[in-house]
Order: sequence, then structure tokens, then C-alpha cells
Amino acid sequence: MASLDRVKVLVLGDSGVGKSSLVHLLCQNQVLGNPSWTVGCSVDVRVQDYKEGTPEEKTFYIELWDVGGSVGSASSVKSTRAVFYNSVNGIILVHDLTNKKSSQNLYRWSLEALNKDSSPTGVIVSNGSDYDREQFAENPVPLLLIGTKFDQIPENKRNEVLNRTAFLSEDFNAEEINLDCTNPRYLAAGTSNAVKLSRFFDKVIEKRYFTRDPSQVSFVSSVSLI
Amino acid sequence: FFMRQLFKDYEVRQYVVQVVFSVTFAFSCTMFELIIFEILGALSSSSRYFHWKLNLYVILLVLIFVVPFYIGYFVVSNIRLLHRQRLLFACMVWFTFMYFFWKLGDPFPILSPKHGILSIEQLISRVGVIGVTLMALLSGFGAVNCPYTYMSYFLRNVTDSDILALERRLLQTMDMIVSKKKRIAMTRRQMYQRGEDQNKQTGFWGMIKSVTSTQTGSENLSLIQQEVDALEELSRQLFLETVDLQATKERIEYSKTFQGKYFNFLGYFFSIYCVWKIFMVKFWSQHISFILVGIIIVTSIRGLLITLTKFFYAISSSKSSNVIVLVLAQIMGMYFVSSVLLMRMSMPLEYRSIVTEVLGELQFNFYHRWFDVIFLVSALSSILFLYLAHKQAPEKHMAL
Repeated sequence: MASLDRVKVLVLGDSGVGKSSLVHLLCQNQVLGNPSWTVGCSVDVRVQDYKEGTPEEKTFYIELWDVGGSVGSASSVKSTRAVFYNSVNGIILVHDLTNKKSSQNLYRWSLEALNKDSSPTGVIVSNGSDYDREQFAENPVPLLLIGTKFDQIPENKRNEVLNRTAFLSEDFNAEEINLDCTNPRYLAAGTSNAVKLSRFFDKVIEKRYFTRDPSQVSFVSSVSLI
Repeated sequence: FFMRQLFKDYEVRQYVVQVVFSVTFAFSCTMFELIIFEILGALSSSSRYFHWKLNLYVILLVLIFVVPFYIGYFVVSNIRLLHRQRLLFACMVWFTFMYFFWKLGDPFPILSPKHGILSIEQLISRVGVIGVTLMALLSGFGAVNCPYTYMSYFLRNVTDSDILALERRLLQTMDMIVSKKKRIAMTRRQMYQRGEDQNKQTGFWGMIKSVTSTQTGSENLSLIQQEVDALEELSRQLFLETVDLQATKERIEYSKTFQGKYFNFLGYFFSIYCVWKIFMVKFWSQHISFILVGIIIVTSIRGLLITLTKFFYAISSSKSSNVIVLVLAQIMGMYFVSSVLLMRMSMPLEYRSIVTEVLGELQFNFYHRWFDVIFLVSALSSILFLYLAHKQAPEKHMAL
């Protein structure tokens, strides 16, 4: 398959937040039975119907790249991870709702991914943990924020957790979804989560294919075989 | 220290754990301070004695009773099956631990018929045995590892193009995985759609057709799935190799800086000293040996903390963080106690008196011999291990 036809979405987040479970749920529509450490990067493919229900419906394959590791890894691990950040079309940031630090680390994750991916014309200058809201506002890459382990939060704390995540999603200028990766009912068709998810993927596809300048290769159907 | 260094990413929720850990740490440090006071002669003799006793009591209490109990408790509560009767099982685990603890004392010549069962000497002796073993293992390994890491002689030559070539291979493998997964997804989707169409066909032929088509489809799928699994394994290995090469390259760069050269020199120095220690050459002036041992202990403690931090950081998860902290506290306590025992070996004669007085009658020579034996064994085995690892790596490198 020509590399021009790829839609690549990164799934980033701290170790143990549930990225692999999430990716499995998104791609296979099944719950992951035996989660284990992700070494390096694992890829999975989701079949997405762009503009489902309309006459322009087209099937796309979205690659979800689940990159393992943590923000505090050795710089050798970081520079090896940077290999995966090339030509990214969308980023899913995953954090653990029961663990505040995982959401704080998301800023560093997004910086790590976006700095690598900065186009030659725009160099994003940042020092460590600082982030710039304007950077995210005009960010060319769509972001989605997902909070996992929703079922493990006791009822009385749910509101404050949801408030916190609402702030986060504002910072990133992104949609947010809170779910439990071991329960497919959160993403069942028709729920608001499923709608948000579809919207995100549609946005990614749109940005990838339909907003290119006409001088580049014209859009070819992506359902072509290898 | 605790929160920042050890658990940057995870919250340790139980306060008890924190308290236990801090208590252990605090008392261990106090013990070292006492030793230093010994040497310097600060404070009056009787108050020193009192503090020693107090310190020892508390540490032993914590190490032997409190910590294992909590470890058992938390381990058991992690196993979901036994969630109901947590307390009961925790007590059972604790008794097992105590039993093994006593049993440990039997083969060793440390029992003295004069003392009762629960005297301080008995407890210290057992803790000492475990701690000494642990320390010898760690220092043996550290003695060999330290020169290996620091000396640039061992660093292989890694060029940028090597790294780039590996990265390209990694990406190619990922691309292959992606394309295969796309095929799987598409085949599955087609099967699903065809399956829906097939369901509309009733009758004999419809059923047979649906069976055969799904069979070939699923055979194909399992074949591709196997290929994907193999490729994923390959990608993991490539990733790890790339990380390795990057780390080596950074180490090379680091060694070129001034700090690197300084550590390099230290590395040579320590390697010579460690080699000397391995071959157990006696006779060195007492004071110098004491200072050197002090330095080694400090660096080994620092190395221990760093290694443990890395280790626990690598395997920590929110479920087991409590257990890990407790295990860390336990190890640290035992380590400190036994290092006190061992430092006696290198201290000049006049200071030994108070230590001997406090600790009661223990067979110190036994400990020294035991330590040396274990040290030798662990040093040799780690040399062997590193040699094998070193040999294997250039071969892999050649095969690329």
C-alpha cells in the first residue's frame, strides 16, 4: 500500500493507563483479555466508515500506533520512540482517571510528540514541562482526550474528576471521553462517546485528505489492496 | 525524597506505608550517625549506649514484625480470590515467614545456649545473616558492574549510520505489520458481510457454502495472524536493540566530556580495588582500609538506591506500589543492619568495644567468612554473566 494513503493516529499516555486495552477495544470491538506491557510500539487497524450514512461514505483504515513507555524514560528510549512520531495525523491522549499524575504527564507527552513532528517551517520552542495554550489552539493535529478506568472511581468523587478532566480538555482544545476499557458498552453505537469518537476520526481523515493543497497527489481511493 | 524520587508517577495512597518507610529510613540513618559519633567521640558514652539500644530495638521490631506482616497483607489483598479473608491469610503468611526465619538459624553456628528464645541476639543474628547475604550479592555484582559501565574500554563503537539503519528496519517491520493487519481487518469485514448475506440464503446448499467459505477465510486469517505475531516479536526486538545502541552512543558522548573522564578514572581506581578485594589480599593499614570501606559502602548504598529505584520504577504499577515500598523498606533495613555488623570488621580495635557490648555475643568471624564467600561467588557469577552478554552483543551486531 502506498505510504501516501496512510492515516496514522498515535495513542500516547503513561504506562499502565490502558492504551493497549483501549486500542484493542477500538479495533476489534472486543475487550482485551490479557493486557501486558507494551514494549516498543504496537499497531492496530480500525476500519472507519467516513461520513457514515451519507452518500459519500467511504471506508478508511486508520492505524492506531500504541507507543509504550513513560515520559521519564531514559533519553535513549525517548529518541528511539521519536522514530514513531513521523507524519502523524492525529493523537489520542490517554490518562488514568484514578491517577492524577498521568493526566499531568499528558502535557509532556503531547510536547514530545508534537516537537518531533513540527514542520520545517515552524519550530516549536519549549522548555521541559511548559506548554503554550496557543500552540494547541492552532494545532494542525487533532487531539482526543480519553480517560480510562472510569468504573474504578467511587460515585461521590465522580463530579470532581469530571471537572478536572473538563479543564484538561479545554487546555488541549480537544474532545474528551471517559470510559472503562473492559466494558464495550461505553462505546456502543449511539452513545455520545461513540459519536465523539466518530467525529474525531472523521476530523482526522478530513484533515488528512481533504485539506491538502491541490498541487499534491490527488485523492485516490484508499480501499486498494496491497 | 520519598515522594519525588521513588514514585514520580504513582500515588501511594496508604499513609501507613509511608510512615513505615520513613521510620525505617530514619532509624537506619540514625544508626549510621551513631557510628560516626563513636569514632568522633561526641556525646557521652552512656547516652550513646542508650541510643544504640533504643535504635536497635525499634529497628528490629519494625523489620521483623511490622514489615513482613504488611507485605503479606498487601500481597494477599492483591490476589483477588482471597479478598474476603484478608486478615486471616495475612496472619498465615506472617507465621510462615517467622517459621522460615527460625529455621534459617539452625544450620549456622550462631545459637548460644545461654540465651533465651526471643533475645536480641537471636533476632539480630538472623537478620544479620539475611542482610549479609544480600549485601554480599549486591556488592559482588556492583563491584563487577561498576568498572564495566564506566570503563570506555568496553564500549563498542557505535556510529550514527548503525542507528539509522536499525531505525529504518524497525519502521519497515512496522509497515509490514500494518499492511498485514489491514488485510486481516478487511478479510474479517468481508467475511462478516458475506456472513450476513449467507444468512439470508436458507436451505442445504446455502449452509454448505457458508461453511466452506468461512473455513478458508479463517484459515487464511490464522496464517496471517501468525505472521503478524512473528513480525510483532521482531519489532519488539528491534526496538530494544535500537534503545541499546542509543544508550551506548550516549555513553560514548558522555565519556568524552570532563565529567565522563573523571568517572572513568574513578572507575579504573575502583576496579583495581575491587579486583584486590576479590582475591582477598589482606594487610593494609587499618585506617586507610576503614576510609576505603566507608567510601565503598556509601557508593554501594547510593548504587543500591539508584538500582532499586530503576528496578521498581520499571516494574511498578498502581496495584503493587504498596508492596514495593514495603519490600524496599525491608531490604534497606536489613542492609543497614548488616553493614553495621560488617563495618566492625574494618574499624580499629578501640571502637569495637561498644559495638560488641551492645550487640551481645555474636560470632563475628562467621559473618566475615560468610560475607567473603558470598561476595566471591556473586562476583564470579556476575563476571561470567557480563562476559556472556558482552559476547552475545557483538555477534548480534555482526549479523545485522
